[in-house]
Amino acid sequence: MSTGTDGAPVVELGTPLVGGSTHRTAGQGTQGLAGTDLDRPERLAQVRSGELGSLHSWELVTAVDGPGTRLTVFLAGCPLRCLYCHNPDTLEMRRGTDVTADELLKKVARYRGVFRATGGGLTLSGGEPLMQPAFVARVLRGATEMGVHTTLDTSGFLGAAATDAMLDDLDLVLLDVKSGIPDTYTRVTGRELAPTLEFGRRLSDHGVAMWIRFVLVPDLTDARDNVEAVADYVSTLSTVARVEVLPFHQMGRDKWDELGMRYELGDTRPPTPELVERVRDQFRARGLEVH
Amino acid sequence: MPSDTRAREAVDALPGAWLGFVGGPWVDEVDVRDFVQRNYTPYCGDGSFLAGPTARTRSLWATVEGLIAAERVGDYRVDATTPSRITSHAPGYVAKDREIVVGLQTDEPLKRAIMPNGGWQAVRQALEEHGYEAPALLDEVFTTYRKTFADGVLDVYPPAVRAARSAQIITGLPDDFGRGQIVGDYRRVPLYGVDALVAAKRLEKATLDMERSTEEVIRDREELAEQIRALADLAAMASSYGYDISRPAATAREAVQWLYFAYLAAIKEQNGAAMSLGRTSTFLDVYLQRDLVTGRITEEEAQELVDDLVIKLRLVRFLRTAEYDELCAGEPTWVTETIGGMGEDGRPLVTKSSFRFLQTVRDLGSAPEPNLTVLWSDRLPQGFKDFCARVSLETSAVQYESDELIRSAWGDDAAIASAVSPLRIGKQVQFVGGRINLAKALLYAINGGRDEVTGRQVAPLSAPVEGELLDYDDVLAKLDRTLDWLAETYVDALNCVHFMHDKYSYERLAMALHDRTVLRTLSCGVAGLSVVADSLSAIRYATVHALRTTDGLVTEFAVEGGYPSFGNDDDRVDEIAASLLHSFMTKIRRMPTYRNALHTQNVLTVTSNVLYGRITGSTPDGRRAGEPFAPGANPMNGRDTHGMLASALSVAKLPYSDAQDGVSLTTSVTPDGLGRTDEERVANVVGLLDAYMLSSGYHLNLNVLDKGTLLDAMDNPDRYPNLTIRVSGYAVNFVRLTREQQLDVLSRTFHVTV
Repeated sequence: MSTGTDGAPVVELGTPLVGGSTHRTAGQGTQGLAGTDLDRPERLAQVRSGELGSLHSWELVTAVDGPGTRLTVFLAGCPLRCLYCHNPDTLEMRRGTDVTADELLKKVARYRGVFRATGGGLTLSGGEPLMQPAFVARVLRGATEMGVHTTLDTSGFLGAAATDAMLDDLDLVLLDVKSGIPDTYTRVTGRELAPTLEFGRRLSDHGVAMWIRFVLVPDLTDARDNVEAVADYVSTLSTVARVEVLPFHQMGRDKWDELGMRYELGDTRPPTPELVERVRDQFRARGLEVH
Repeated sequence: MPSDTRAREAVDALPGAWLGFVGGPWVDEVDVRDFVQRNYTPYCGDGSFLAGPTARTRSLWATVEGLIAAERVGDYRVDATTPSRITSHAPGYVAKDREIVVGLQTDEPLKRAIMPNGGWQAVRQALEEHGYEAPALLDEVFTTYRKTFADGVLDVYPPAVRAARSAQIITGLPDDFGRGQIVGDYRRVPLYGVDALVAAKRLEKATLDMERSTEEVIRDREELAEQIRALADLAAMASSYGYDISRPAATAREAVQWLYFAYLAAIKEQNGAAMSLGRTSTFLDVYLQRDLVTGRITEEEAQELVDDLVIKLRLVRFLRTAEYDELCAGEPTWVTETIGGMGEDGRPLVTKSSFRFLQTVRDLGSAPEPNLTVLWSDRLPQGFKDFCARVSLETSAVQYESDELIRSAWGDDAAIASAVSPLRIGKQVQFVGGRINLAKALLYAINGGRDEVTGRQVAPLSAPVEGELLDYDDVLAKLDRTLDWLAETYVDALNCVHFMHDKYSYERLAMALHDRTVLRTLSCGVAGLSVVADSLSAIRYATVHALRTTDGLVTEFAVEGGYPSFGNDDDRVDEIAASLLHSFMTKIRRMPTYRNALHTQNVLTVTSNVLYGRITGSTPDGRRAGEPFAPGANPMNGRDTHGMLASALSVAKLPYSDAQDGVSLTTSVTPDGLGRTDEERVANVVGLLDAYMLSSGYHLNLNVLDKGTLLDAMDNPDRYPNLTIRVSGYAVNFVRLTREQQLDVLSRTFHVTV
C-alpha cells in the first residue's frame, strides 16, 4: 500500500508476493464430509479398490492451486520428507479421516456452479495424492464425467502409479520439481529425483498441461546451478504453462513442534526479494512464464 | 427500446428542458423509472473512455481535504444556536469560484447543524461533548414549549420495552435520533421542477379533501400540507444560491445541481441514521449523454460534474453523541448510491455514469462516503464487472448486493438505503430500527428470563434449564418461548418509535418526493446469529456443561468435543442458522404494525457487534463473556476454516425470504491471495462475486488489504487519513475507529487466500 497522488491509499499489486500457496497451510479438517467406520479387512478392501481414501482436509481456495476457485482436497500420506514441509500433519496416512470417493464426489458436484462461475475445478493435493492412486483415479474419473476441471498437485515421485487412463482425466498437473541436482533433491526430500523427471516427461508426451513449482530455500535449493538444472529440464517439456517460484516461509514451523517432530530449518530465513528475482530470471531466460 | 424514428419524433414533441428526450407516461405523471427506461443509453464497454480529474477538481478537493484534516484533529464546528430547517442558513461555499455544484448544510463547510425536533437531550449532550454550550433559549423552548420525538417515545414505551431496552437485549432503537432510511426520489426535482411537483401534491390533497375526515385522512392531509410547504422551502433555498429550480433542469449541470439541492434540503431537516441518495447515476447519465451528444460538454466536464457532486456528498456531517458513535463507528452518514444492476427488460442499467461514479474514488481517493453500492448480477456487461473488480482491488471502496434478489422482490428501480436495505425509490419507506441480541435471548432462555450479567429478571419468568448438561430440544423449546416475548416487545418498541417520528419529526421534504401511497416496511434486525447457531450446534453435536453461580445463574459453559461451526458450508449447522432466522421472522410477522407496515428482517450489525459482545455473557459455543460477536451474518472469527467462499456459502444459505431487509457479509482478502497477475486478480474477484451471488448470496463487503497495512495504520494514523475499509454494509475510515474496534477488524478472519 502506498499513498497515491491524491493522498489516497492504493493497494500496490506489484509488490512481491507474500502469500501464495507456500504460505498457505493445509485446510483444517474434513467438516461436512461424512467419515466412515469400517472394520479392518473391509476397510482395506475398499482402500485397494479406491472406494475409500484417507483425507486430511478440504478447502475452497482461489488463485493458488490452479485456475479459478477450486475445491482443494488434501490427501493424507507422503513418501517424501521435505525439510521445509509446511504441512507435516499430512505426512502420515494414519492421521487422515476415511472418506469414500462417492462422498467426496458429492462435494465436487455441489460446487459445479462455483467452478463454472470462477473457471475453477477440483485439485487433489496432499500429502502426496499418488500414495492413494486407486482413490485418486476414481475421483478424477467421477469429476471428469461431471465436466469438472481437474488438477493434481504432486511431487511426481510416485508418478509410475498414475495410469495413462488417469492422465486422460487430468486437465492440469502442478508438478513440484524440488531440485535439479539429484544430490540436492535427496538432501531436501530424502528421495530420488529421477522418478519426478520421468513423470514430467511422460506428462509432456501425453499432452497434459503443467505448472512447475519450485520452492526456493536459501542455502538449500538456491544454488545457481541447481536452479539452472531445474530450468534446463523444464525447458525440455512442451506442456508447461507457467513456473511458480515459491519463496520459503516459516509458517509451517509450529506444526512440526506440535507433532513433536524435529524441524531442521529453524534458522533459515525467507529468501530476499533480490534472490527471488534472480531465480525467476533464470527461468525467464528460457522463455517461460514465471510467477 | 425506442427506435431512431421515435427519438426524432420526440425531439419535436418535447419542448424546452425535455428537448431530445423520448416521451411516454412520465410526461403526464411523475414516473422517473419510465423516463429512465425510455431514455438511457446502456454502456457495455470498459473504462477507457473516462477522462479527468481536472485541475479544478484537484484543487477543490485539496481544499476540502485540508478542512477534513483540521476536523480530524479537533476543529469540530457546530452552529449551536440555529435549529436547522431547509431555509435556516445563509448560503455556504467551500470556494465559490471553484465550485460547480453548490450548497452546504450550514453557512460553512463541515459546520454541523442542530436538529432539536428529534430530541433535545441528545442535541444538548452532543453539544456539551464537543465543547459547546446549549443556548438557554433553545433549552427553554425544547423543554417547555415544544415537545420532541424523543419525548414522545418515552411517553408511550410500555414497561416491557423499557426493561428490554435497558438490559440491551433490544439495542440501537432510533428513539433519540433521526430514524433516517427514508430516501426521497431526488431525481424528481431535476426532471419535473418544483412547481410541477407542488401541483401534483396539491392534486393529491384535493382528492383527500373529498373524503370524510377520519383520523387517517386527516393525518394524510396534514402530511401533504407539510410536503407542499417543504417543496416551497426547497425552492427558496435554491433561490438563495441564485438558482430557479421551480422549472425542470435543462442541462446536465442543472440536473446535478437540482438533484443535489433536493438531497441537501432533506439532510438539513433530518439527522437520520442513514440518509441515502438513491439510484441517481443512470438517471443523470441521460442528461450527461444529451449534453455530450450535442457537444455542450466534454467527457472531462461530465466527470467533473460527478466529481463535484461526490465532493459535496463527502462533506455531509451530522451532530451526534459519543454513545451513538459507539454503535456506528466512524460517523457514517450512509449517503448510499446504488449503481448498476439489470433492467426488467434484460438491458443492463449500466451507463457511462456508472463508471463515472466509481471513478470518483480514483479521482479523489478512497473515502467511506458516498457509500458506493453495486447491484451485481452475473449478467452485467463484462467491461463493467472487470471495472468494479479493479476498483475494489485498488480501494476496497465498493460493496456488492445481489441484483437478482433485489430486482425480483422490489423491481429494477430499487435502491439501497443505508447498508443493505432495498426499497423502491419514491414508492416505499422503511421504518427501521435497531436489532435484537439473539445471543442474549439464548442466555435468557437458559436462565428463565434473567439477564446473565445483572441477574435481573427481564423477560417473563420461565423455567430455567435444569441439570448440568444442556439438552438440544430443551434449550430450543425454551429459546422459542423467549423469542415469542422478544418479537412482541421489539415490534411494540418499533411501533412506538415510528408513530412518534411521524408525529414530531416527519421527513416532510423526503416524503414530498414519494408517491402519496407508499409501501411501508418495518425492518427488524437480529445480531449474534452465528454465535447462536454455533451455540446450538455445540449443544447438539458436542457436550455442553452449564456452570452456575451460587444463586443458580448460568454464567459459564464448558464445551467437550468438537461441533460443526457456521461458515464452513456444512448443512448441519447452516440449517440451524437458517431455521433460527425463519423462526424469528415468523414471530415478527404475527405482530400488528404501525400503519400496516410490511414486516422485514435484516442480519446487520454495523460496528455494534463489538458493543453487543461486550454486554453479553459467555455463550455455549465457547465464546467468552465480553468477546465480540461477528459482524452482520459473518461466521464467528476464526471458525470458518475452509476458505472465504465456503464461509460465504454458509451465509448465502440464509433465505432472502426471511431477511428481505438484507443479510450482510464482510470479508477481507489480501491482494496476493487473489492471483499472480493483475488480470488474474480481476478475473478471480469477478468469479467470486458471480459464484456468491449465483448461490443466492445477498451482500458482500470486499476488503482487499493486507494485515500489515492495518497494523501500521493503527500506529501511524496520520499516514493513512483516507484508509477505507468496509464493515458490515458500510465503509469506514479505519483510523477513526476506536482501538477496540480496530482490533476487532484485525482479529476477524483475514483470508490470506480465498
